[in-house]
Amino acid sequence: MERDDLIEYSLHTHHSEEKGKEIRKKIIFVTILLTAVTILEVGLGAFIKQSNAIWPFVKWSFVILTLFKAGYIVMVFMHLGDERKWMRYVILLPYFIFVLYLIFIAIWEGLAVGQAWETYGF
Amino acid sequence: MAGHVAELDSKTLWGGKESPFSTSYGKLMMWFFLVSDALTFTGLLIAYGFTRHDVQDAWPIGEETFNSMPFLGHGYPLLYVALMTFILIVSSVTMVLAVEAGHRMDRKGVIKWMIATIIGGFFFLGSQAWEWSHFIHGSEFGKIELADGSQAIVKGHFGEINNFKVTIAGSEHKKGDVIKEDLLHTFHHAAVLGHIENGMIKLHDGSVAKINKQHDHDMVLIVKKAGKNHVLNARIEGKQAEKMYYESLYSGTANKVVYGADLKDNEYGPQQYGQFFFFITGFHGFHVFSGVIINIIILLGVVAGTYHKRGHYEMVEKTGLYWHFVDLVWVFVFTFFYLI
Repeated sequence: MERDDLIEYSLHTHHSEEKGKEIRKKIIFVTILLTAVTILEVGLGAFIKQSNAIWPFVKWSFVILTLFKAGYIVMVFMHLGDERKWMRYVILLPYFIFVLYLIFIAIWEGLAVGQAWETYGF
Repeated sequence: MAGHVAELDSKTLWGGKESPFSTSYGKLMMWFFLVSDALTFTGLLIAYGFTRHDVQDAWPIGEETFNSMPFLGHGYPLLYVALMTFILIVSSVTMVLAVEAGHRMDRKGVIKWMIATIIGGFFFLGSQAWEWSHFIHGSEFGKIELADGSQAIVKGHFGEINNFKVTIAGSEHKKGDVIKEDLLHTFHHAAVLGHIENGMIKLHDGSVAKINKQHDHDMVLIVKKAGKNHVLNARIEGKQAEKMYYESLYSGTANKVVYGADLKDNEYGPQQYGQFFFFITGFHGFHVFSGVIINIIILLGVVAGTYHKRGHYEMVEKTGLYWHFVDLVWVFVFTFFYLI
């Protein structure tokens, strides 16, 4: 059955050998990048003790590097970067709204618990 | 018309005039599932963070807890977890290469890269099994409760136990027997029950034996729960550490020492630490396991030529999304559980 009212979408757009080469190049670049970041993280974790004065800085750099890695995995490996702009928003916005709310609640409740300790003892 | 329904190709499945976001129904739904699953893991990790700050005793430090390698022993902080992370990243790369081969309708390429992905998945699962086993069985020293009520983890080289020499006969062993089997296990078991006193071990059959053990080396006690005489994170080294450790271990009192981990207690830190370890890495490992199974099912479809006949390899892309998600979660677990 042929329907002429349908608009083609990515499912049937195959790419050529040359395009494939380009994509593979990008994949290998991201692989090296992710591996290098992981090695850097393990190095920092193994050599800088938590008692060290710069530990808070190291800790936050872990968080930033992790978000950096996550961005590459989602945008390149999961191809979200190649999807339509509004699809990206539909996936990412609800997630971030919920997560920011969850973090807010955890910190807020944490402060309340801390205050209760200070008031009533452990 | 009815006869044609089976021939409808997947692009008509949305039914409307256009496909939302130029994406197929299946792919979008996979994304929505992943968003909800991501929220589950986020919830778990935030609960972990909350509990960690909520607990008063010292929380275990990743490089202190996870410093062993298979066949090599101790002293390799975080290397094994890093290796696991690397294996999972590589298997994510082979998956994305399979998806890319699918876009070129290269069936052989898809098969090759999917097999590589599945092997990587099995390697990760095997590593996690080793890690769990190591976590559950624990170290030779365990965590010790010192005389003042503080608790300390123990680092150093455990002197091997040569044998037990029976001095008082029981129902199984005669006086003068030398026991050479299952020594460490028997030793740990007796220590937990408080059946070791002044270098003598009481065995399960009622006999008493002398412990022939080599000296420990480089012992360090790190206080993880403060007591009357020791503050949190205090380090006790050398002869002093050995004296305090064996005073407790050989006191003949039960539950002075904890070996390994279960849901009730563990030698690394607070009870909640073990619970979160089992739940978060277990839940992630369950995802990896399902991912491997789904990959195998899709691989069978590729080998059978199902997707080639269909004209596109979108099924590979969809399982790929799931597989990358598993990798993505591990990146976060690695940071928040092992590094920080």
